[in-house]
Amino acid sequence: MIVIVDYRMGNVGSVLNMLRKIGAPAKVSADAGEISRADRLILPGVGAFDTGMTHLNASGLLPVLREQALERKKPILGICLGMQLLTHSSEEGSLPGLGWIAGATVRFRFTGDQTKLRIPHMGWNTVTPTRDHLLFRDLADEAAFYFVHSYHVVCQHDSDVLAQAQYGYNFACAVQRDNICGTQFHPEKSHRFGLQLLRNFAALN
Amino acid sequence: MLRTRVMPCLLLRNRGLVKTTGFKNPRYVGDPINTVRIFNEKEVDELIFLDITATVERRKPQFDLLEDIASECFMPVAYGGGVRELADMQTLFGLGVEKIAINSFTAEDLTFLRRAADQFGSQSVIGSMDVKRKRLGGYEVLTHGGRQRTRLDPVRYATQLATHGTGEILLTSIDRDGTMAGYDLELLRQVTNAVNIPVIACGGAGELADLGRAVHEGDAAAVAAGSLFVYQGKQRGVLINFPTKAELRLVLEH
Repeated sequence: MIVIVDYRMGNVGSVLNMLRKIGAPAKVSADAGEISRADRLILPGVGAFDTGMTHLNASGLLPVLREQALERKKPILGICLGMQLLTHSSEEGSLPGLGWIAGATVRFRFTGDQTKLRIPHMGWNTVTPTRDHLLFRDLADEAAFYFVHSYHVVCQHDSDVLAQAQYGYNFACAVQRDNICGTQFHPEKSHRFGLQLLRNFAALN
Repeated sequence: MLRTRVMPCLLLRNRGLVKTTGFKNPRYVGDPINTVRIFNEKEVDELIFLDITATVERRKPQFDLLEDIASECFMPVAYGGGVRELADMQTLFGLGVEKIAINSFTAEDLTFLRRAADQFGSQSVIGSMDVKRKRLGGYEVLTHGGRQRTRLDPVRYATQLATHGTGEILLTSIDRDGTMAGYDLELLRQVTNAVNIPVIACGGAGELADLGRAVHEGDAAAVAAGSLFVYQGKQRGVLINFPTKAELRLVLEH
């Protein structure tokens, strides 16, 4: 069972529907018992960093999430804000993040010609894996995903970067360390490619 | 390279989907959820839903229905209809809608666009305008589903939408709506010449080549169509359809 962690940060209907579509048993839950019984977790999220951390703290779910992610080593996928929360901090806020991926979330900073680019980065963009990993299995080179974000993750260790996208410059749009994964893009809004990525996540050990 | 976006534009009337002609004679074409499922299969990159009676019935968006729709959409979805409060926009974004089109209310209060763009970012705000040809030449912006005249000139109005923070413009030709006679390229050119934000052409697409014309001759950044993607053949049998990537590439790339 995949549990989509419900901490009141945006609609998770399309994530749930996509998991159903690929035949992966899944549910949305804010229940510590269900989260500890899950075999993998998704941390979704739309909104501001501090709001996300505040909701997570208030949910009382942090201890069980920590236990599942760090001790039981269950596969966990942070999506969009959910990926940013995995880092230590964000320029968008002042609260500390989860710190499960060493790094920080920063705002897009453009120089020269890049300054014509709009923030947020919004739309379909090509995603290029930087190393082999099961999460990107069977995703063709021209795989495109849907993005909406103004901040992006900078990893302390290059080895944690899993894929890059280009918007003005190359940035880490997917990260992974051990069982902890994150995507800046929205697989649940990226039809064929998103389905494949979630299928891959559902098959991670 | 960013590809040209091609968006089915779907009209909600109560809880069903309809297709109009000249903004009149709504004909039932199906259930929105089933339609979304078909467009999921077709790998459509973006969908637009417009509730065509919300404003005239002075009611809010149908949040419950829109939540169901957004949950089914494996692609980004834009919504328009009856939006005149920031709080409602907040609700819609929370339900999983990516962009909101504002039409009639903008003609009343342009500053609303600015407030919406400041709060949610201009990328999520679409300035939507419906335009009709005047009998004696020229064009006029109409609101309330084509029921209310404004005396506003579309070129000047589009410029105002752009300066008030809208991220893109959805430009619909009322005369061409449902006719499948091709986009109003003259209107499109006038508007795209006047603004430097993306303009989505809507109204009149009857064949794939029309999409190419809107882009190459009308300078549209994106193209939307209703009839083209819900009807099939001369008899206009209802059949939800969408071209393949290869078919689109053929007409959109030069």
